[in-house]
Amino acid sequence: MAQREIELILFRQLASSLALPILLVDHDSDLLFFNEPAEVLLGQRFDDVGEMTLDERRAVFAFLDQHGNPLPPDQPPLVVAMRERRPVHRLVSLRGFDGVYRALEVTAFPLLGGGGHLIGGVVMFWERAGQQAGR
Amino acid sequence: MRVCLWGTRGSIASPGPDTIAYGGNTSCVEVEAADGTILILDAGTGIRRVGDTYGQPRRVDILLTHLHMDHIQGLGFFAPFYVADFEIHIWGPPSTTEDLRRRLARYFSPPLFPVRLRDVAAQLTLHDAPIGSFRIGGLEVMAQSVIHPGPTVGYRITDGRSSLAYVPDHEPALAYDDRPTDGRWTSGTDLARDVDLLIHDAQYTPEEYAMRVGWGHSRVSDAVALAQLAGARRLVTFHHDPSHDDTELDAMLEDARAAADGVEVLAGREGQTFKLGGDSEHD
Repeated sequence: MAQREIELILFRQLASSLALPILLVDHDSDLLFFNEPAEVLLGQRFDDVGEMTLDERRAVFAFLDQHGNPLPPDQPPLVVAMRERRPVHRLVSLRGFDGVYRALEVTAFPLLGGGGHLIGGVVMFWERAGQQAGR
Repeated sequence: MRVCLWGTRGSIASPGPDTIAYGGNTSCVEVEAADGTILILDAGTGIRRVGDTYGQPRRVDILLTHLHMDHIQGLGFFAPFYVADFEIHIWGPPSTTEDLRRRLARYFSPPLFPVRLRDVAAQLTLHDAPIGSFRIGGLEVMAQSVIHPGPTVGYRITDGRSSLAYVPDHEPALAYDDRPTDGRWTSGTDLARDVDLLIHDAQYTPEEYAMRVGWGHSRVSDAVALAQLAGARRLVTFHHDPSHDDTELDAMLEDARAAADGVEVLAGREGQTFKLGGDSEHD
């Protein structure tokens, strides 16, 4: 399999060393990696899950807006960020691998290389203290 | 392909009695294909002597991995620049901010250099090297970004029978903890995959690297590990630190060979020539 672009390589290494939950996808939005702090909020260890296609990820994750309403498939923060090539910040509830909904604050942004070509995307998220998840 | 090392030193030229064996000129490698296509990889001080070998005007392609001074300083002293009938193409890593001409002109203009690029007598064409594959004469070239401060590429060159990877400035260890284990997540793997000859940054000992993480260069062990991971047949260590004399480079070579199971290791030496394809040999 071909080598990943160096921006993805370096970002994965950076994510591995940060205490901030981070998830990394490629230009097709296939899941490449999430770090240990993210494992807590997603309900599964990355080593147990591994890389996932977008379709596989869609079958697992479910998003609610801050009022508890399901987000349409084109509205999760990373989807918007990748489509519109801009950062997105949003309050959501996310159902992770363990089926548990958690109230999260999410920042997603695209990784854009020289010439504007899309390399991948990054999601940073953290649990909203004292907030009840949508379900 | 014929591959000749004209400069194997990194950071700054280091001539002197203690560096005679491996040489003191900075990065420059010449590649000649069977059809006469000439590529010059980087224009460190070693390029000065290359220019003196071209008797008749011809096309020459100079492929720059990046624009740090030790890789471009020789350009102004490359004699064909000042001969009108030479056709010179310079390729460099793409930047998101300025084209190659503007970036090179920072050096190739007063006060840093008395001659401006526009005043060069040769027919000069500058190109942003496309990230991916392209052809120059009888050679296929692949440029790929590698981990090093600023826009930096490595080059893989093949004539269809043999292959060379040239990655003189590279710090793949920024992306792993101890040694690389997964080629998909190791910078430089695609360039070096199954090549006949890998010329790679091997500037530091482990002790030196511990104080220079993030400077953009490799331990000798990183070069060996990448060669093994990628399946390179022969590794030439390169970009020797200016403070390493011949004795120290001999010692670093021995350490590299002790660790290089399955990979032949040589320390790049100015004037060294390799013939790739057919009966490969080197001097």
